[in-house]
Amino acid sequence: MLFKRTPSPHIKQNITVQNMMYNVLYALVPGTLASIYFFGWGVLFNLIIAITVCLSTEAIILKLRQREVTNTLMDGSALLTACLLALALPSLAPWWITVIASISAIAVAKHLYGGLGFNPFNPAMVGYIVVMISFPLEMTMWSAPMGVTIGNASGWPDFSTTFNWVFSGNLPYGKTIDSISMATPMDLIKTQLNQLHDVIETRNNIEYSALFSSISGTGWQWVNILFLGGGIWLAKKEVIDWRIPTAFLLSLIFIANIFAVMDYSTNSSALFHVFSGGTMLCAFFIATDPVTACTTPKGRWIYGIGIGILVYIIRSWGGYPDGIAFAVVLMNIAAPLIDYYTQPKVYGDPDR
Amino acid sequence: MKHNTAAIVTDNLAKIHGGLTLDAYKNLSTDSAISNMAQCKQYIVPLQQHIGVISQPLVKAGDRVLKGQMLARPGDLLSAAVHAPVSGIVTDIKQHEIPHISGLSDLCIFITNDFKDEWLERQPLGDEYNHTSSSNLRKIVRDAGIVGLGGATFPSSVKQTEMNVATLLLNGVECEPYITCDDMLMREYAKEIISGADIIGHIIKARQCIIAIEDNKPEAIEAMQSVIDQEGTGFFKINIIPTKYPSGGEKQLIQIITGQEVPKGRYPAELGVLCHNVATAYAIHRAIHEAEPLISRIVTITGHGITKPQNIQILIGTPMQACIEHCGGYTKNSDELIMGGPMMGFSLDTDTLPVVKATNCLLVTATEESNHKPKHLPCIRCGKCVEACPVRLLPQQLYWYASSHNIDRLHEHNLFDCIECGCCAYVCPSDIPLVQYYRHAKTLIWQQERERRSSDISRERHEAHQRRLEKIKREREEKLRKKRELLKKKSAAAASGSENDKTKTDTDNKRAVIAEAIARAQAKKAAREKDKKSG
Repeated sequence: MLFKRTPSPHIKQNITVQNMMYNVLYALVPGTLASIYFFGWGVLFNLIIAITVCLSTEAIILKLRQREVTNTLMDGSALLTACLLALALPSLAPWWITVIASISAIAVAKHLYGGLGFNPFNPAMVGYIVVMISFPLEMTMWSAPMGVTIGNASGWPDFSTTFNWVFSGNLPYGKTIDSISMATPMDLIKTQLNQLHDVIETRNNIEYSALFSSISGTGWQWVNILFLGGGIWLAKKEVIDWRIPTAFLLSLIFIANIFAVMDYSTNSSALFHVFSGGTMLCAFFIATDPVTACTTPKGRWIYGIGIGILVYIIRSWGGYPDGIAFAVVLMNIAAPLIDYYTQPKVYGDPDR
Repeated sequence: MKHNTAAIVTDNLAKIHGGLTLDAYKNLSTDSAISNMAQCKQYIVPLQQHIGVISQPLVKAGDRVLKGQMLARPGDLLSAAVHAPVSGIVTDIKQHEIPHISGLSDLCIFITNDFKDEWLERQPLGDEYNHTSSSNLRKIVRDAGIVGLGGATFPSSVKQTEMNVATLLLNGVECEPYITCDDMLMREYAKEIISGADIIGHIIKARQCIIAIEDNKPEAIEAMQSVIDQEGTGFFKINIIPTKYPSGGEKQLIQIITGQEVPKGRYPAELGVLCHNVATAYAIHRAIHEAEPLISRIVTITGHGITKPQNIQILIGTPMQACIEHCGGYTKNSDELIMGGPMMGFSLDTDTLPVVKATNCLLVTATEESNHKPKHLPCIRCGKCVEACPVRLLPQQLYWYASSHNIDRLHEHNLFDCIECGCCAYVCPSDIPLVQYYRHAKTLIWQQERERRSSDISRERHEAHQRRLEKIKREREEKLRKKRELLKKKSAAAASGSENDKTKTDTDNKRAVIAEAIARAQAKKAAREKDKKSG
C-alpha cells in the first residue's frame, strides 16, 4: 500500500490566525458599544466607512498582487485594522478622513510591505498618523459625550445631523461644528494648561466639570474600563500576550505617578492617564498586534514599557492631545532591534 | 575522565520550559498483552540502523546463516553490528528503501527464512557479569548490536564508556502520544528491565538508578515498583514525573530530574548522569542472560487507521505490511503511515519497508485526523512557538532566517540546539511546518560546510602545486648561478695568465664575454628542454 508523505508533527492544535483575529474582534465589542453609547452615531459611521474601505482596498490589492482574495479577506486582519482605526478616529470625523486613513492603513502600511505578517508598522496607527498630521483640525472633532451639556452642545448630535455632517459637511441652519463638537478631556487639560489654568482649576471649572467623572473623562472612563475587560478576557484566552499590556500600563502608571506626586496641579493623575483617551484600546488591542510588536518575552516587557514612557511624554509635552499612535509606531521601529538583543538563553547555555 | 559525581537527584522535580499537554491515545494499544507474530518468509535487514557509518557485511549471497549470527560488523565506533533474525539463506545484498526520514535506499541483506529457527550456539554470561570487567561487558553489548531503542539509535556500549557516573537514569517516560511499547514492556518485563539496569549500573559503576516514568502509566509504575521492592538494595528508585511532552527527551528528562541543564555541546555524564531507555536495558538483559543479540524489539502498532492496535514483539527486518496484517490490517479510512509518534515520527510512502531497531511505533492515522493544509499562512509573530519551545529558542525568528537562508543569523539563533520536537509547529496558528524549515536549513548548512571543506582541500592542493613549481624554479636558478660563477672563475684565471699583454687581454676579455654568452644561451636552452620534459 502506498501513502502520502507529510512533515512532522502530524497532529496540530486547533488554532488558526482567523480565530485569533475574530477573538480579538469579539473582545472589542463591549468597548465599541460603550463608544457608540457615549459618542453617538459618528462612531458607527466611522466603523461602517472604515470596514467598507479597508476590505475593498484589501480585495483590490490582493487582486493586483495576484493573491487569493476570499480566504485572505476572511482572515479577519483587515477587519480588525478597520475597527481599531474607526475606534481611534474622532466621532465626528468627515467621511474622507476615514477613507484616507483606511486606504493608508491597508494599501501603504500593510500591502506595500508585503501584506499580513510582513508589515513593520501597525497599519491602523499609520492610517491614524497620516490623517492626524495632514488634517489636525478635523482630528479634534469629537462629539460631546452622552449626558454632557456644555454651551450649545448637548450630548451627541442626532442621526440626521451626524449623517449630514459626516457625509456632506452640512449642518442644520445656525449650527457650526463647534456647537456640536467638543474637546476631549485630555485635550482640554492641555489647552487650559497652555493658558496657565492648572489641572485642578480646569476640572473644577463649572463650564467643563461635566466633562470629568470620578476616574477620568465622562464616557471615556467607561469605554476604557470595557476595553480593559475585553483585554483581560483575551489575555486569559492567551490570544494576546499579557506582558505587553502589563508593561505598558505599569510604566504609564509609574511615570504619571512620579510627575503627579511632584506636582499634581500641572500633571494629571496616573488613574486619569490610564483611563483616558486610547490607553486601554492601545494596551490590549493595538500594542499587542503580534506582527509589529516584539516577540521575545523580555523584548515584550521593554516594548510595553517604551510605549508607556512615549505615551506619557507625548501627552504631557508633545503637540498632540494623545500620543498612542506615535508611541506605538516609534516602538514598532525599535522592535526588531529589541528582539535581536533580547534573545532568551537557550537550554544549556553556559552564560545562563 | 573525572566527573561531578555528587549525588544530585532529589525528590523535587524541575520543570522544562514550554512543552505541551497532548491527547495521549495510549489506551488504543494497551488493552491486550504484547503479542508474538508468526515468522515471515523473507526478512530485509538494513545495514544502516544506527547513527554512524554503515556496517560491513560479513556474509554474501547464497550463505546459510543461523539465527543470531552476526551479518555485519560495525563500520566504525558509532556504528553497530546487525544480526540474522532467523535462520535461512542470504538471497541478496542490495539497495532497498529503508525507513529513514530521507526516504532514501540503502544496502540491505535479504534473508529467506528456512523456518528451522536454528540458533547460533549461545553461551550466556548470566550472573557471572558481577565478576566481569566493564570492558568485557561493553564488548558483549557492542557485539550484540545494541543501540539506544528510544529512537536515537546511538550505540549503547559507546555511552557506557563514561565511568564513575553517579546516576543511571532509566528513561521510561514515553511522552509521545499513541506510543506504548515502553509502557507495555515495563508492565510485562519489569524484572528483566531491572536486571538490565543492574548490568548497566555495574558497567558504569553507578551509585544509584533513577527510573523516570510519566504519571499516566500507573500499571507500569506498579510493576516496576514491585520488582524494586523485591530487589531491596535501595539502588533503584522510581521518580514519577508529570505527563508533558517532550519530557522524554534526554536533555529535558535530565533537566526535570536533576534541575540542571546539560551544558551546550557537552555530554550528560558531566552532570554525573547517564541516560538509557528501558527497552535498551531490556535488550542488554537479553544479551547477558540469554546471549541474544538485538534481533527483535517491541513495536506499538496503533492509530485510528489500524483495525486492532496492539504491541508486538517483532523481529528486526520484518516487512511492515506483515506486522499490520497481524493487527487486522488497515481500516477503510486509513490515511498516513508514520514511523514513530505523531510529533517526531516521519511518514513513510510504503509499507514494504522493514522494521528496524529504531522502529518504536507504526502509527496509521485516519483521514478525519489529518489536518495538513496545502498552504500555510504567513507568520504573524504571535510568539506561541516561543512559549512552547523546550529549548527556549525563538522559532519565529529561526523560520524567518531559515526561509531567507541567512546562515549567520541562524547560527546566532542557535538553530543547531533545536531538538525537532515539533512543539512550535503544533501550536502555530498559521500552520507553518516549522520543523521542516529547520531541517532544510540544517541540511543546507551541512552541505555548505562540506562544500567549503572540499574547496579548502582543492585550494590547499593548488597552493602546494604552486609551491612545488616555485621550488623547481629556484633550484634551476641556483644551478645556473653556480655555472655562471664557475665560468667567471675560469675566465678570471685566463685573464690573470696574460696580465702583461694589454691588447691580448682586451681580446681575451672580449672572448671571455662571448664564451660566457654562449654558455648562458646553452644553459637556457638546456633548461628549456628540461622544463619541457618535466612540465
